[in-house]
Amino acid sequence: MSQERQGATPARWGADLQTSLFAKGRAGRRATTMPAWRGDAVDTRLPAGALRATPADLPSLSEPEVLRHYTLLSNLNHHIERGLYPLGSCTMKYNPRLNEKVAALSGFASLHPEQDEADLQGLLCALKLLQDALCEITGFAACSLQPAAGAHGEYLGMQVIRARHLDRGESGRTEVLIPDSAHGTNPASVVLTGMKPRTLKSGPDGRLDLAALRAAVGPQTAGIMITNPNTLGLFECDIVEVARIVHDAGGLLYMDGANLNAILGKAKPALMGFDVVHLNLHKTFSTPHGGGGPGAGPICVTEELACFLPAPIIREDEGVYRLDDCAGECRPSVHAYMGNTGVCLRALTYILRLGGDGLTRVSERAVLNANYLRRRLEGLLTVEHAEGTLHEFIATGADWKERFGVRTLDIAKRMLDYGIHAPTIYFPLIVDEAIMVEPTETESKETLDRFVDVVAAIRAEAERDPDLLRTAPHTTPVSRLDEAAAARRPDLSWLGPCNCG
Amino acid sequence: MPYTPHTAEDIREMLDVLGLETVDDLFRSLPAAVRPPAGLDLPPSLSEEEVWRVMSNLAALNAGQDELVSFLGGGVYDAAIPAAVEAVVSRSEFLTAYTPYQPEVSQGTLQVIYEWQTFVTRLTGLPVANASMYDGSTALVEGVRMALGRTGRDAVVLPAALNPRHRRVLETNLASEGVTILTAPAAAAGTTDPAALRALLDGRVGAVVIQNPNHLGLIEPVDALAAAARDAGALVVASVNPVSLSLLKTPAEYGAAVATGEAQPFGVPCGWGGPLLGFLSCSDDLKRLIPGRVVGRTVDHDGREGYVLTLQTREQHIRREKATSNICSNQGLNMARGTVYLALLGAEGLRELGEANRVRCEALRAILRGIAGVKLPFDGPVFNEFVVRLPRPAREFRAFAREQGVLAGIPLDGFAGCGPGDLLVAVTERRTADEIEHFGNVLRDFLES
Repeated sequence: MSQERQGATPARWGADLQTSLFAKGRAGRRATTMPAWRGDAVDTRLPAGALRATPADLPSLSEPEVLRHYTLLSNLNHHIERGLYPLGSCTMKYNPRLNEKVAALSGFASLHPEQDEADLQGLLCALKLLQDALCEITGFAACSLQPAAGAHGEYLGMQVIRARHLDRGESGRTEVLIPDSAHGTNPASVVLTGMKPRTLKSGPDGRLDLAALRAAVGPQTAGIMITNPNTLGLFECDIVEVARIVHDAGGLLYMDGANLNAILGKAKPALMGFDVVHLNLHKTFSTPHGGGGPGAGPICVTEELACFLPAPIIREDEGVYRLDDCAGECRPSVHAYMGNTGVCLRALTYILRLGGDGLTRVSERAVLNANYLRRRLEGLLTVEHAEGTLHEFIATGADWKERFGVRTLDIAKRMLDYGIHAPTIYFPLIVDEAIMVEPTETESKETLDRFVDVVAAIRAEAERDPDLLRTAPHTTPVSRLDEAAAARRPDLSWLGPCNCG
Repeated sequence: MPYTPHTAEDIREMLDVLGLETVDDLFRSLPAAVRPPAGLDLPPSLSEEEVWRVMSNLAALNAGQDELVSFLGGGVYDAAIPAAVEAVVSRSEFLTAYTPYQPEVSQGTLQVIYEWQTFVTRLTGLPVANASMYDGSTALVEGVRMALGRTGRDAVVLPAALNPRHRRVLETNLASEGVTILTAPAAAAGTTDPAALRALLDGRVGAVVIQNPNHLGLIEPVDALAAAARDAGALVVASVNPVSLSLLKTPAEYGAAVATGEAQPFGVPCGWGGPLLGFLSCSDDLKRLIPGRVVGRTVDHDGREGYVLTLQTREQHIRREKATSNICSNQGLNMARGTVYLALLGAEGLRELGEANRVRCEALRAILRGIAGVKLPFDGPVFNEFVVRLPRPAREFRAFAREQGVLAGIPLDGFAGCGPGDLLVAVTERRTADEIEHFGNVLRDFLES
């Protein structure tokens, strides 16, 4: 498995870097042409003061040139159909092609958001089916599909909690407790709703510390945000007691559902005592990440909180669907329309394909894969909080640093040379040199075994030639990039040949 | 089971390595109280063919803009999507990649983002842009936040003729942050009155929103509005239809500090309003307040040019509660759509797109001017969208037109001084001369009915 260190070659990874689109093409070339106007001539002039001084300076290319440019660029990407993508907390599972085919159906994709319900009956039925399925999976009573991403769902969830306290005249409840293992979006979302985050230190076992929680709650408590299983892959087994403590203090419980892939059919957030949960459809429900979205972050809530969800609400009456604007009610809105509907349709397709049993199998196999991999990596990487981890686990490169003088970053970069995407690194913040691994259920035993072989090979390399890791990757289209220079002298749009570095 | 490779032997061997009897042993840390006694009450697994049948049957119950002739707009438009756009974004290399956290194996995505940022700067004239926002409404929210953050003030002025859906999202977001929202009234011409705006501005107002064209389709007196804001020390946050930037004055030219908008017409299906493509750009001095992902060009260890996510100290995963925004996942693949779309269009194509919208819009306006009883209530110039005033309720006409296969527009009753007869009509490059003539005939039939 050892690989020769390679010097700079024009096409590492067999893929050529591309000069910017803005340096390509030639004035006069074109791809798109407009349909000809076959009506009467009309005066289209606009007042000079309304017009831009010069046309937008866009490059001019033929259609084949554009296709070639983006195809060659695509070759520079790692992606799920190329190889293992074990990013912890990201749930990089296979994205079924059926989902794409369904979302592209003209009967869905060509709908305008201002059309009447009569033109939308199939769509509204589909979205209601999805809402009902998500409520069944989470145990809740109502669902909003409006949030466009996980962080967007957190934001709406916090708005809902805030609105409920204000509705009861409890404006003093502005503090939201957040464990120190949480995603950075949690505190950021809280602040944006005008509330204040307060950090809760985790216990020595990586779980919530009940004593710390009891000491922290009070009349100022709006609620608590908990990722369960948490970012260490551990189930918060005291969750029912946690819920009792927070509810007794008058607060509500928000679940960050980023890790729901571990517990489908195995545990329901509502049974744990949560009041709100957001789901990442682009994680648990297989919709593609698209290089950074679009995702979807629907929230599900208890009956009590349903009246604080965004309008319109989809209602069904004897097979006829309508959109209830909830006129006269004061409801929040976080998106111009009803959110990332196309992503929701993909998730419904996935749920129908798997069924209730299949979804339960998803979690079983995701957890089996993660535990198998964790066990097989013992002796190669130190695994933190190993007991009881579910769909992901945290290893640490701390002993590699001590023994070989290589950091987690170096291990991660070397993995790229072996065609494996690096796991999430340096998160959660509470583990030194963290390596967070989430294989997901769609990977085979052979792929997991190969990952173990790769880690073993890299460990042998670290022992023999630590510089090989420190200067990795060696076979990827580019080597390590100068991120400090990029931030110091930001070059954020193409003005000409590189003036960077 | 679909999508997983596990055989019974695989499972047995893996459990053996773990020293466990059953898979359920892995879930021992879950207390009984949280476990659903009967599993999930959902239908059983279906084959691909069965799911396809269910979903395509549901799709067939809808009637969209491929089937009907659409004059709907209001922020989302029936624009043509070149086949090449679909071809690029259906490549798994773009479709199934994550956010480019490991730049060495993500140069494709990173360079596309950098090219998108460049396209946005060339459209708006402002030098800095990010990788995309959820939609036009949330982009506008973030733009207002940037302006308030920069000025240290706590009030914003919104125009009366602002997209009402965007206004609602602004209200949700800004109210809980303690921001005061003021409204600049529309003059009789339907555009924002610069004098009335001036009267509202005091030392508290840090942001003035200009939507151009506004929600009545009208081109705003952007220079006068921006001058009023500038004189009061407030920053201009523009919300623009980017298709209109093919012809119209750029936000940079009227001195906007931030330009936002909805770029759905650049290769993104309407999809019942999502996923869309918000964009955001700003002046250089605001770049460290910009939300979301930003890509920068740099060099690698061996001197090759490459791209990375940059200025990350702004972002939530570093700054946590001190972050200026919580956004991480954005609209990546739709951003790739927009990039390929603009690459296909080029400078000449963009100008022609603008003209194609203009000629169709003016052709319909000319027809409507010739119908007795029908008025175009506002005189000012428009881009591709306008208000028509009918002698009878616009809702009735909309229903009548739908029977003829026409999606006639958005009724505006109650919005910015509009009455029951007012309808917002958009005309894109997809409309043919026949379809535009048909609109006029349907309206005549309606008025005679």
